[in-house]
Amino acid sequence: MSRTSTGLLVGLVLALSPATASAQQKAADPAVIAKGEYLARAGDCIACHTAREGKTFAGGLPMKTPFGTLYTSNITPDPQTGIGTWTSDQFYQMMHNGRFPDGGLVYPAMPFASYTQVTREDSDAIYAYLRTVPPVKQLNKPHDLTFPFNNRSLILGWRTLFFREGEFKPDPTKSAEWNRGNYLVEGLGHCGMCHTPINALGGSKQSQAFEGGLIPMQNWYAPSLTSNKETGLGDWTIEEIVDYLRKGVSAKGAVYGPMAEVVYNSLQYLNDDDVRAMAVYLKGLAQGGPPEKASTSLPSAESSLLLSFGKSIYDRDCASCHGATGQGMPPDYPPLAGNQSIQMVSAVNSIRMVLNGGYPPGTSGNPMPHGMPPFAQKLSDDEVAAVVTYIRTAWGNRGEPVSARQANELRAATLN
Amino acid sequence: MDRFLPLTALLALFALPIDAAQSQTTERAPDTMAARVLACAPCHGAEGEGTSDAYFPRLAGKPAGYLYNQLIAFRDGRRRYPPMNYLLEFQTDDYLKKIAEYFASLRPAFPPPVPPVDSKEVLARGEQIVKNGDPQHGIPPCSACHGPALGGMEPGIPGLLGLRAAYISGQLGGWRYGTRTAFAPDCMQIVAGLLTEVDVKAVAAYLSSRPAPADPSFAPRGSLPMPLECGSEPH
Repeated sequence: MSRTSTGLLVGLVLALSPATASAQQKAADPAVIAKGEYLARAGDCIACHTAREGKTFAGGLPMKTPFGTLYTSNITPDPQTGIGTWTSDQFYQMMHNGRFPDGGLVYPAMPFASYTQVTREDSDAIYAYLRTVPPVKQLNKPHDLTFPFNNRSLILGWRTLFFREGEFKPDPTKSAEWNRGNYLVEGLGHCGMCHTPINALGGSKQSQAFEGGLIPMQNWYAPSLTSNKETGLGDWTIEEIVDYLRKGVSAKGAVYGPMAEVVYNSLQYLNDDDVRAMAVYLKGLAQGGPPEKASTSLPSAESSLLLSFGKSIYDRDCASCHGATGQGMPPDYPPLAGNQSIQMVSAVNSIRMVLNGGYPPGTSGNPMPHGMPPFAQKLSDDEVAAVVTYIRTAWGNRGEPVSARQANELRAATLN
Repeated sequence: MDRFLPLTALLALFALPIDAAQSQTTERAPDTMAARVLACAPCHGAEGEGTSDAYFPRLAGKPAGYLYNQLIAFRDGRRRYPPMNYLLEFQTDDYLKKIAEYFASLRPAFPPPVPPVDSKEVLARGEQIVKNGDPQHGIPPCSACHGPALGGMEPGIPGLLGLRAAYISGQLGGWRYGTRTAFAPDCMQIVAGLLTEVDVKAVAAYLSSRPAPADPSFAPRGSLPMPLECGSEPH
């Protein structure tokens, strides 16, 4: 091949993919790649884009939704099956606007409604990082959605109702730390995906942002972050929130259920400044005073019977770790007295912890967590209801009693 | 020094009640493996000795490499049992290794053997397969890999005593039908594939009828000449 034709060919290739070439130049900057890797952690990309025992970022993880099963996509730089041919513009278009390079609409299981807040600079850094991960040749699995949800044009309607495009705009009246926390919580952290109620159309209600809700298909309740009656963090110290987010355990309580995944894959990797900023922002979200006394829905004679039965189970099976008066041995054995997570209107999480037990995630700050035994096989529905009623109402706790039927229904909850 | 003594004493007087109050509110969970693995106790016993539930295995005294492989397989979902998959989902390799080593180091008493409910013929068939295999059908004896005393071999081969018939036949069934798998070459899948349902029942009946071993320890790595290659027992 002559020099001229080689030059021509190089020129042609550059002309065909100018953005790719320039992005590859950018990708050579290790500082940008490192920043992108960090931001990809903050966005928890790995949790959905890596299947169990699958190759990192190669997708294929089934995500069950009320509308059918979605399979996550391959975001490695493989040109045929991954995003190897994407430009940084196209990547930003996906993050910011939820559209594929061909203009096609992305299912909102991809949290672009949150990622839209991510800055162009941060999107480019994540893009640069993703170009450096090992490419994996693995075709995306087709989604398995039921009619009519298999019609992608329905996403248009969803977008009209629930999607507001727009990069994060700092609030000049607030501190830089608060703004950084706001950016991470509402943008990459996509906390609102679980902590905002989901309506029948699978949309988050912005008017009720962070007010909590039952996570569809998982049967875990994501508590409100705005109300001190739930897990509003107004009464927590910044240090306690930081411990909770980063180590997975704190003096106030431990993470469990889907939040354990978030800490394990994402939050434990964030630096002190960022976790602190998130804590400052989250604490500021909390509104309202201390919880009010709940009105019980069970007749008092029945509930006092339930309580004395519950206390006998508590003293036998729970008190050795959580203490005779629910004080726990924090952070490894969480306190139950005054624990907001136990007093929420929804008793789902308390019942499930008793049935299923659980371990907080293993993190660099808490590498060998203590675990809670499952009691599903030891306790009957009546016993579960009694002991959960007891911990929700004893020691000044203000939760409502639960019934054996509620306990029974959650025995069938998906575990994993 | 002496002139500071009254001051020090005074300080100590004030300091004491505060310290006492703090130690009361900051009582910590025991910093032991036993406390950390209490979550395992309802099904596997406080020392991994097993419980009255026939479907939950004894863990104590199995080689750490075997236990570690199982913990990883449960965490990553390759071995399916939702309560186990759920408990281990967010634990690190290092921690799972420590849990495996902890249970491997324990030697609680074996449960009394269950009086066999099966016929002498069934037990005899089980004994034959365990001790001699079935050369006609290419079945190697269990003892070839799991040891003459059936205590297993380091690092990856488990002991077979102290388990109930329901658990053993459940696992052999899992190997046969491909719901339980191990690293390739998956020798147990090959062996279990050669067993008939009658064989599985016989092996489970015989093994669960055996008394506790005199020496409850596993064979050292590489001490048994294995008849076939196993991915979980690297040479």
